[in-house]
Amino acid sequence: MSGSPLQQIAIVGAYNTPQAKQLQSNEIDVLLNAVQGALHSAGMRIAEVDGFNVTSSTQRFTSRQSVMLFGARPGWTGSDIGIPAIIEAALAINAGLCETAIIATAQVSAHRERKKTAPWTRPTNEFVECWGLFTPAEFALMARRHMHLYGTTEEQFAEIAATIRNNGARHPAACHYGKFVTPQDVLNSRMIAEPFRLLDCAMTSEGGAALILTSAARARDLDVQPVYLLGGGTDKQGMAYVTAPVWDKYGDVGRRAAKQTFSQAGLHPTDVDVLEIYDPFSFEIIRQLEVFGFCSLGEGGDFVMEGHLRMDGRFPMVTNGGLMSFSHAGLAQLIQKPISAVQQLRGEYPEELTVKDAKVALTSNGGSGALFTDVLLLGTEVPS
Amino acid sequence: MANDVIPLPRPTALSEPHWNGCREGILRVQQCQRCKTCVFIPQPCCTHCQSNDLNWLDCSGKGKVYSHTTVHRAPRPQFEVPYVVAIIELEEGWHMLSNVLGCPVEDVHVNMPVCVEFREITDEITLPYFVPTR
Ligand SMILES: [Zn+2]
Repeated sequence: MSGSPLQQIAIVGAYNTPQAKQLQSNEIDVLLNAVQGALHSAGMRIAEVDGFNVTSSTQRFTSRQSVMLFGARPGWTGSDIGIPAIIEAALAINAGLCETAIIATAQVSAHRERKKTAPWTRPTNEFVECWGLFTPAEFALMARRHMHLYGTTEEQFAEIAATIRNNGARHPAACHYGKFVTPQDVLNSRMIAEPFRLLDCAMTSEGGAALILTSAARARDLDVQPVYLLGGGTDKQGMAYVTAPVWDKYGDVGRRAAKQTFSQAGLHPTDVDVLEIYDPFSFEIIRQLEVFGFCSLGEGGDFVMEGHLRMDGRFPMVTNGGLMSFSHAGLAQLIQKPISAVQQLRGEYPEELTVKDAKVALTSNGGSGALFTDVLLLGTEVPS
Repeated sequence: MANDVIPLPRPTALSEPHWNGCREGILRVQQCQRCKTCVFIPQPCCTHCQSNDLNWLDCSGKGKVYSHTTVHRAPRPQFEVPYVVAIIELEEGWHMLSNVLGCPVEDVHVNMPVCVEFREITDEITLPYFVPTR
């Protein structure tokens, strides 16, 4: 098999700064910490980096400001976020614009007005804002339709939320470290936007994260386990938080991206060892399992209750506690999914959260309430 | 549940006919004259065939609940909880977001027949809410 050009690229550094509900640090210090951490993880120096996508959310620090800060003379600066930023950087390396790229971002002090929900959850469009819409309600409208069509239940959501949160409870770097919950705790938590209760929803927090990508050839010279890009795809429908999230139109967002991703890799869902997929709301896991091909449409709820997603199941998921328990910091959380995958594949997780002999990890960003889902498949080996 | 401090629409040149319609008590949607697709939210051209020959169609205001959620934690303190946000599927085959009023929140269900009820919020803005069809 010829393979995707993405497979000539590897992630060699991955790092999360300390995450917290509120950090006392300056956002740019957190960003610098993210960059230094990723360099250390790759065993590289900043002078070896010639591609930059380094930004911050609240202070709106740009890549060009970063380039100035590091006195760099990069051949490439990126502009995308999350998984598309990784694909973009990989293609820049493929095209010879740069050999080694860093993607880093941080968010501090974005949400201090606690009477309101976080600013990024509140839409401003004239056809949305006046109805009291916000992110949980947008995703809830998708979930409710799925419940209506397929009989999906709140107990199934609770199983998901508890599984994710109990992973985070065992991860010392998670914001909610030590906070174990049962599915019943999820069902007992206060209602936010039906059918979602507080513990079905992502948290808000602060922190930074960074990734370093380089050519597979360069990666082999480094003293680290490279994690290869096996395939990737993006699926963006417009515009989220403006148009109604109609299930019949947008419920399968990400299906095409996943199909593309698996086809590039020459792999199937059954080849995946760990799912570091996006968990903004519990239901979103069910939706992704279905559109990514882990089960059939409408069967996600039953699939979850069979226990496949637990640490001892066939497809352990969100092994650091994800957006519900680990952290949900600005745009950093988008690259924290691939970072989590890299750390799993390198065996850098705490013992009880380690997926033994994991070789292939599926990661994703977005969600159907947001009308986009991007997918990236990572592995310790390039399929031959 | 609406009061004068909830965030209100700021009509644009594109959306003004819709909001003017609400003020006149008519639910209006753009309709493509070439392929008859109803286009919402307002767009400069048809989202199906890209024709820019769009007219404003007066709708019956009748529809059904396509999906719904009862909000208990409002994004802003100005919204009084609990309230129902719903996607309404209109008779003419298009979807819009709104609130369902006029019944206990727990009575709202998928496929519930509803019709538009206009409520004047300010001199400029009248919002199209939905209530159960009697
Ligand atoms: Zn048309």
